[in-house]
Amino acid sequence: MHGTEATQSAAGKTAGGIPKAPSGIDGLDELTAGGLPAGRPTLICGAAGCGKTLFAVTFLHNGATRFNERGVFMTFEERPADLVKNVSSLQYDLGRLIADKKLVIDHVRIERTEIHETGEYDLEGLFIRLGYAIDSIGAKRVVLDTIEALFSGLTNQAILRAELRRLFEWLKDKGVTAIITGERGEGQLTRHGLEEYVSDCVILLDNRVHDQITTRRLRVVKYRGSAHGTNEYPFLIDEQGISVMPITAAGLAHGVSEERISSGIADLDEMLQGKGFYRGSSILVSGMAGSGKTSVIAQFADAVCRRGERCIYFALEESPSQIIRNMRSVGVDLQQWVDKKLLRFMANRPTLFGLETHLAAMHREIESFKPAAVAVDPLSSLLSTGAGGDVYAMILRLIDLLKSKGITAMFTSLTHGSIEQGMTDVQVSSLMDAWMLLYNKESNGEHNRQLYLLKSRGMAHSNQVREFVMTDQGIRLRDVYVGPEGVMTGSARLAQEAKAREQTSLRQQEVERRAREFVRRRRQIEAQVEELQAQLAEEQKELDQLAGEAAAREQHGAEDRVRMARSRKVAEGSRKVAEGGAGEYGNASASLPSSRQTRKRSQ
Amino acid sequence: MITEQTEGYNLRLYVAGQTPKSIAAIANLKKLCERHLPGRYSIDIVDLMQNPSLAQRDQIVAIPTLIRKLPEPIKRIIGDLSNTERVLVGLDLDEAQM
Repeated sequence: MHGTEATQSAAGKTAGGIPKAPSGIDGLDELTAGGLPAGRPTLICGAAGCGKTLFAVTFLHNGATRFNERGVFMTFEERPADLVKNVSSLQYDLGRLIADKKLVIDHVRIERTEIHETGEYDLEGLFIRLGYAIDSIGAKRVVLDTIEALFSGLTNQAILRAELRRLFEWLKDKGVTAIITGERGEGQLTRHGLEEYVSDCVILLDNRVHDQITTRRLRVVKYRGSAHGTNEYPFLIDEQGISVMPITAAGLAHGVSEERISSGIADLDEMLQGKGFYRGSSILVSGMAGSGKTSVIAQFADAVCRRGERCIYFALEESPSQIIRNMRSVGVDLQQWVDKKLLRFMANRPTLFGLETHLAAMHREIESFKPAAVAVDPLSSLLSTGAGGDVYAMILRLIDLLKSKGITAMFTSLTHGSIEQGMTDVQVSSLMDAWMLLYNKESNGEHNRQLYLLKSRGMAHSNQVREFVMTDQGIRLRDVYVGPEGVMTGSARLAQEAKAREQTSLRQQEVERRAREFVRRRRQIEAQVEELQAQLAEEQKELDQLAGEAAAREQHGAEDRVRMARSRKVAEGSRKVAEGGAGEYGNASASLPSSRQTRKRSQ
Repeated sequence: MITEQTEGYNLRLYVAGQTPKSIAAIANLKKLCERHLPGRYSIDIVDLMQNPSLAQRDQIVAIPTLIRKLPEPIKRIIGDLSNTERVLVGLDLDEAQM
């Protein structure tokens, strides 16, 4: 296997150890952990029109233009001129590659009617041709499309099979990375059992029609010596080439952000701890027709662009110009962001292609535009293009993709009837980090919008039902009144507000009245206190007066006795009587100061 | 290389080296021409090992391949020419012409 070493320079190294030749096809290289097995043949099989030839041409084209590996295209069906013309729509300029000696196209034409078999033969002529083509430009990549044509041109199956076996061995010895295409057969991968010979890598392409919608799918049936994704993956062929959607990340290991970003509606952010949603979360907005879903999502997109970040708006029902016009009425000018290349609209009819193709297209758009956020309006119309479990799986893939890239996503979903009946919502909601319900509530002869945050993972969010009002300055969320008949909105709310105002003023008056009464009562009591104190003072005065009179009387008494004694010229003996009387008076005078003291203390 | 110029059959035989099949084909062709087209044929023998680019130009896949260039239309016969019946049919040589 000397040739294998030669290809190793261009081939990517992989965990599995075997060298790989990158196909340059978006998604396929991720899926196969690096590309096709380098220096070995790969079988690509599928029914007519599923893109085998295009895959093969893309492999050679990318090899020549991006990986410096020249290629040989051996076609057994299409004429080289047709081939060049057919792929020019993909912007593949094969003519130039041929002129630059980076590509050789060899058309092997076999007409059974022109050939007579007359005994033993081999396909050495083919080997020589191929060998010569490879050596003439030093090719590292070879495509044989479709070698099964040999089976219809030649009758001797035994020789053919032996020669094919020899051919594939020979290709390996040459060290070229080869793609062999094969038509899908009944009950086996290819009509002539080519998978028997090409055992290193087999890729199956499929083109299924479901509900009149075609979806291309790819599956790596086998890949010897390498890990590979085993699921069916949708792929796209359009003017930008082929892209495979590598879909479901292996696990749920994507990093999460602690950063919070505004929902674009200040009142809604308020319900989310005042900070908004987590960056990278997936938000579902579901509601009935006319409940304001598009307004919510447009305001979200507006907020993203306002932060200077990019946003893709996947419009699946309305045209971008219509959305831009309508959103102007709620004060959201999206046109300015489109002009600044921050906002990209991608509008496709849901029925244009299948769900997978839609998602593959979204995937490619996300890869190229690298937005910080995406808006899908509405997701529910996409659901109608798939069925049951498919839908769930595909949405899961989309969300996985967005999460792995840390892209915040908001989806709207149209529900019919009650919220509980929106089964798809319920299925999808488990994938979402936040779920907002918008509904129209009929009461008092009018419909009013309400918003309710049903869930918001990882944060304490408001449990309030809020009335949702669209103003020309955007969306406002009003508090709603909860009365005995339930939540009040619209005019009922206005009436309630008026009633509340009235009640407030009544209460105010009552308070004022009470205050006035209190002041009066206070004055009354204070007056009483004054009166009592006056009374007390009066009594004190009387007491003092009494005490004064008593003291005066005693003094007069004493003076009288002295006068009498003088006048009577009292004897020694009569003095004793006078002393006894004086002692009596002395006691009374002695008691006076103490009573004065008591009064002093009481004062 | 054998070239016997006549107005008759212009035949070219493509081989790849001196393989048993090539040798057998050359021998079978000469024998057949001598018997059925004496003096009316010319034979070119092309060894693709020597001239590999001719394989693409002349649309050769199987070896050996015999091409009847003249008379028109061009006929292709593959194999070692051991089945004389089929070679004659392939060359449009019916009994009448023999």
